[in-house]
Amino acid sequence: MPDLDAFRAEVRDWLDANCPEEMRQPMESEADIVWGGKKFNFTEPQKLWLDRMAAKGWTVPEWPVEYGGAGLSKPEAKVLREEMQRIKARTPLQSFGIWMLGPALLKYGTHEQKLEHLPPIARGEIRWAQGYSEPNAGSDLASLMTKCEDKGDHYLVNGQKVWTSYADRADWIFVLVRTDFDAPKHLGISFILVDMDQPGVSTRPIKLISGRSPFCETFFDDARAEKHNLVGELNRGWDVAKYLLTHEREMIGGMGSGAMRPMGDIAVQQIGLDESGRLADPMLRTDIARAEIDGLAFMATMERVADEAKAGQGTGANSSMLKYYGTEFNKRRLELMMDSAGSEALEWGADDDVARNWLRTKGNSIEGGTSEVQLNIIAKRILELPSA
Amino acid sequence: MSMVLNDDANMLKDAARGFLGKSAPVSQLRKLRDDGSEDGFDRQTWAAMAEMGWTGVLVPEAHGGVDMGYVAAGVIAEEMGRTLTASPYLSTAVMGATALSRFGSDAQKSEWLPKLAAGEAVTAVAVDEGRKHNPARVGVTAERSGNGFRLNGRKGFVAEGHVADMLIVSARTAGGEADAEGITLFLVPRNAAGVSVERADMVDSRNSASVTLENVDVTADAVLGEVDGGLKPLEAVLDAGRAGLAAEMSGSAQQCLETTADYLKERKQFGQIIGTFQALQHRAAHLYSEVELGKSIVLKALQTLDAAPEHAAMMVCAAKAKLGQVAQLAAREAIQMHGGIGMTDEFDIGFYIKRIRVAEALYGDANYHADKFARMRKY
Repeated sequence: MPDLDAFRAEVRDWLDANCPEEMRQPMESEADIVWGGKKFNFTEPQKLWLDRMAAKGWTVPEWPVEYGGAGLSKPEAKVLREEMQRIKARTPLQSFGIWMLGPALLKYGTHEQKLEHLPPIARGEIRWAQGYSEPNAGSDLASLMTKCEDKGDHYLVNGQKVWTSYADRADWIFVLVRTDFDAPKHLGISFILVDMDQPGVSTRPIKLISGRSPFCETFFDDARAEKHNLVGELNRGWDVAKYLLTHEREMIGGMGSGAMRPMGDIAVQQIGLDESGRLADPMLRTDIARAEIDGLAFMATMERVADEAKAGQGTGANSSMLKYYGTEFNKRRLELMMDSAGSEALEWGADDDVARNWLRTKGNSIEGGTSEVQLNIIAKRILELPSA
Repeated sequence: MSMVLNDDANMLKDAARGFLGKSAPVSQLRKLRDDGSEDGFDRQTWAAMAEMGWTGVLVPEAHGGVDMGYVAAGVIAEEMGRTLTASPYLSTAVMGATALSRFGSDAQKSEWLPKLAAGEAVTAVAVDEGRKHNPARVGVTAERSGNGFRLNGRKGFVAEGHVADMLIVSARTAGGEADAEGITLFLVPRNAAGVSVERADMVDSRNSASVTLENVDVTADAVLGEVDGGLKPLEAVLDAGRAGLAAEMSGSAQQCLETTADYLKERKQFGQIIGTFQALQHRAAHLYSEVELGKSIVLKALQTLDAAPEHAAMMVCAAKAKLGQVAQLAAREAIQMHGGIGMTDEFDIGFYIKRIRVAEALYGDANYHADKFARMRKY
């Protein structure tokens, strides 16, 4: 396609001229990820790269221009990704705003809500946290009890959320609240946006088995929310929540693949080869080979499911299959990496060492809907097995 | 390349499903078995496949084929896997056509390809000699004699061997028994003097044979590709067959899953539809996930064979390994979830687990391919 070729040339020239050298180096650790927000400490090249990309609308290339995107078609966005990969450009910005809230607002938000909230996400100015789970509402999310009262010109929010990712570093939080205590549990929930910079909102990090604290508890104590920040219809927040969860599942499920260094390469470096040129631990070699094959098949499946969605085929419930398989696979991958690293992995090391990653993956099949919940969804929505 | 079938492939899929479901369902295989069919496949069905162009799916148009490529060839194999249709399709239309169209001399192509496309000739690949697949281990010898070669030795597990008109035989022309170099491929007519073929009675009721070569004289024109350089083309031919088998197993696995899901919606125990039980729902949902992964890796392998056949080995290897695991899981789970009826010969599931076992072993099982994958990845 000549149009795409011209676009590719334009993208290539622009990236060559505008991507700082430092932003073309592989990321060393999670600390190199740019999340944005008021509390984020940018390095100079990170800020430069983000501002330049945001000015082009390329932090969220497929979003409409008026909301901070570039309005690119899917093929154009693919060209942009490919050209960024070609020069090994880092992603200028990643955030829950981009992955989760953005898609939900684009589908359910009013024009005013999109104008207010999407551009600051695109520019990395506001960082969002997710307020879904509660101490007594985990897998049974719809039983949530955080209370939201109509006070005439505003809402008052009271309750507690848990597993709020990086809430201590976020500026705003999207929250599932109960607005009707008498209705059936799915029909009394609303989806509301709350500014965290107020006395009624406080957060406390939760220390995990990995020693890291990617999650917090977030407390709402007479927190104020503006009426115009209720997304979708009152008491129909569950629809928004489910839609957003689909995106969250895809995000978590996709974590096991990506630009990961192949397991076999890591193991060869750590353990070495025997005289016959095989990995010196033959049982591990077998496990890694099987896992790498499954990894290829999983990546091909993510590609196929995405292509089918573009072509209007397939089922949306496949996001549950990807979440289930991707997270279980990621756990398996980190077990193998622990096997490969041996005793050296058993010392606490840097913040992104293999032991901490291994421990962190145990949560992958719990967060965003457990593996068992995903299997329930596959059984009901795809295989159409009856409910009890 | 998009991982969605294009319109042509979708039309072919619909046509194949319609034809096979009506003209060659599992009951046909059952009848062939029960009648003790000598051919082991239905010649009328084979003729109809030829008429629809399936036998020429990988044959260039210049030689009378339709040249639709490996994705199309895989779509047909997948549908055959759903119905367990017995035919020499893989050995002939996939492997034979790959061998001749990619490595044949002009004379070999002109002689054989039109016959393959027309469904008038059946080929079989004779590669293995021991109980485990190992294409580099070749004990069958081909000694120079006059201006040709004299072949001696024995091959086993030759799919469609006893109905083949022409055998593609790997033989050693130089080196020791396990050397990669020194292997040569020969086109040996089934009726050549000294060739004896014995059909084996296989668990899947399909065709397989052992082939004994006793002072079989062939001319130099019978060499396919280069003398001593036969392993590379042999691997390419095997890869086409492996991808086809993976596609077939994918179809069988999908059918096992769908049949099982249907059964879970009908069968009642404890006063309830058993599909309401979470223990069974989770088994079925896990199986669904594995079957989806299988579909994806098969399509990737077939697309790679079309786009860059010289770089397809690793994807094909992954696909054959993955489908060996997935299809066996599907068959096992299907029996378990069907309960006692799944163990009866009257019910079709048994045909699936038996065919899948044979397809898994043919041209390298999941262990073989996982090992090969690791070797290709240098560990």
